[in-house]
Amino acid sequence: MRKSRALNLGTGLFVLLGFAALFFLTTQTTSHGLSFGSEPYYVVTAKFRDIGDLKVGAPVSMAGVQVGRVAAIGFDSQDFKAVVTMRIDDKFNQIPTDSSANIYTQGLLGGQYIGLSPGGAETYLKNHGEITFTNSALVLEKLIGQFLANFNKSSSTSGSSGGSPK
Amino acid sequence: MNATSPIIDLREVRYTVGGRVIFDGLDMQILPGQVTAVMGPSGTGKTTLLRLITGQATADAGSIDVGGVAVVGASRSQVYALRQRMGMLFQNGALLTDISVFENVAFPLREHTRLPERLIRQLVLTKLQAVGLRGAAGLMPAELSGGMARRVALARAIVMDPQILLYDEPFVGLDPISMGVILRLIRRFNDALGLTSIVVSHDVHEITAVADRVFLLSGGRVVAQGTPQELHDSPSDIVKQFVGGLADGPVPFHYPAPDYFEELLARDGGRFA
Amino acid sequence: MIRDFLDSLSESIERLGDTVRFLARILAQVPSALLRPQLIFDQIYNAGALSLVIIMLSGLFVGMVLGLQGYDLLQRFGSEDALGTAAAIGLVRELGPVVTALLFAGRAGTALASEIGLMRATDQLSAMEMMAVDPVRRVVVPRFVGGVIAMPLLAAIFSMIGIYGAQLVGVQVMHVDAGSFWSQMQASVELRDVNEGIVKSVVFGIACSLIAVYQGYHSEPTAEGVGTATTRTVVTSAVIVLFLDYLITAFFLK
Repeated sequence: MRKSRALNLGTGLFVLLGFAALFFLTTQTTSHGLSFGSEPYYVVTAKFRDIGDLKVGAPVSMAGVQVGRVAAIGFDSQDFKAVVTMRIDDKFNQIPTDSSANIYTQGLLGGQYIGLSPGGAETYLKNHGEITFTNSALVLEKLIGQFLANFNKSSSTSGSSGGSPK
Repeated sequence: MNATSPIIDLREVRYTVGGRVIFDGLDMQILPGQVTAVMGPSGTGKTTLLRLITGQATADAGSIDVGGVAVVGASRSQVYALRQRMGMLFQNGALLTDISVFENVAFPLREHTRLPERLIRQLVLTKLQAVGLRGAAGLMPAELSGGMARRVALARAIVMDPQILLYDEPFVGLDPISMGVILRLIRRFNDALGLTSIVVSHDVHEITAVADRVFLLSGGRVVAQGTPQELHDSPSDIVKQFVGGLADGPVPFHYPAPDYFEELLARDGGRFA
Repeated sequence: MIRDFLDSLSESIERLGDTVRFLARILAQVPSALLRPQLIFDQIYNAGALSLVIIMLSGLFVGMVLGLQGYDLLQRFGSEDALGTAAAIGLVRELGPVVTALLFAGRAGTALASEIGLMRATDQLSAMEMMAVDPVRRVVVPRFVGGVIAMPLLAAIFSMIGIYGAQLVGVQVMHVDAGSFWSQMQASVELRDVNEGIVKSVVFGIACSLIAVYQGYHSEPTAEGVGTATTRTVVTSAVIVLFLDYLITAFFLK
């Protein structure tokens, strides 16, 4: 019977390790880790003209410090804007109401996140409040398109030998 | 069931494997309480006979009746119920190699009963004592000699108190002492436990010493039956050849072949070219 | 030629059908086998705990290689910070389940096939039948269930160790920032990726365990038959795992 006890101990340790690994994979490699502790939070929304490829779970930060996460992304069919719902940690409950929300990209190929820039108001955002000042995502293709258009315009007015295909 | 009606009754049994006829018109009646020996040259299907009786193989035609149950055409659960009334000793014991001697003997009890551990212990040790191996209860099957493994298997075969005990070639590869031990056990269990024993073997002298009745199989049927003495005195050629161990006779020395001289003299390599 | 091909094709289809029928027979016995959990625990130990060392070592090395290769590839685009993401997605979705399944077939699968094959060759299965014990319920089902439980756990352990292996090389050797390694991974790996890995490892666990017990149970009762059964276990498992891997990947990308 001693042998079978050692065997069961080994089996039990193996199963525990396996489930620990599964837990690690679902919580530590994905963004589901933070919501697991279910710290107290409050919800604010913001409307953007274009959110690029912002995803649910993307970080929300202020001055580079993460204060929350994107909880949901919806669409307002009245004014054709994207509605982003953010969960902000209760610890950060003194965000001025006139703060602005911007969508930035982490590095050249990184994911997108929301950066909040504080305003100067004396009142702070409450649960289900809304951030009204927003800046949309910089979409790389649009940027390059604009740049090329400007470049063509300037090169044709200066009359220099542009590489125009025609 | 009275003492004279057979406990195992085979009638007109036919069995083929892949087109090869093993049995054709096999008739055999085995009486309860006796040690019955089934003998025959190698390849006559002695082991197959046991497989037919236990329902591991199904006859193509004929009827097999074991203890009042028709084996041919029986359902899986009927066969399993029947097997609980039978014990079988396999050629090399067929002990489960991953559990100890004690657990091997306890195996049928654990599978089929809900007996308390104390009772299982008593039953197992009693049976091991009967085969003289109570001292080996803690060993693993790999630590046993061939003769000991067969004795453990015998203890396992009788642990459920069967009515019928089948032995498949119980003497193969044993030294004379182990052989004597097995012979004694066959006789003792048969008489003490009120069993019916069937021993399949081709060891003429060993088996005739212990059997009440002998069947001789050849060519897919019973060619002779009777007490060992009757067989010994039989005028039949095949019985003489088998009992006397003669090299040639009705069972030919030569495998069928074309004419010897013609084949030696063949110029073009003959049938092996 | 064509005749031979058709013959072997019909034989393969026949074998497939026979295997599926064997699976049905196993599944029918699973409930009654669950009544004796000790038998299953023993097999989780055999299939899982005994494969742990080889799985952890392989996971570490595969992760370290991913760290090197991933770093070399990503630094060409100046995005070596994404190393965590690349390693985690590669391991969780693909390499974890597939490599674990191949190792599982080689370590646990062959052990299963040869063990059952040996029981067949030494009449142990027939002896059980004679004791009115169904060898499928007593021998095959606990081994199958144990394998199916062990395989996803092994794959998860493999992936976890692999991620730490990639981190070891990426952060300690190649000096990728540890913070961005983990935060980029957490930002872009989705639960869907982990789910894909889990589904794969469960399916592979079923396939590998089934092939192993099938080959063992249906092996020729000779020494040679046992050898053939183990070889077939590895070869068939490898091909089937890679084929199923493609199917499941395609399904998840839809």
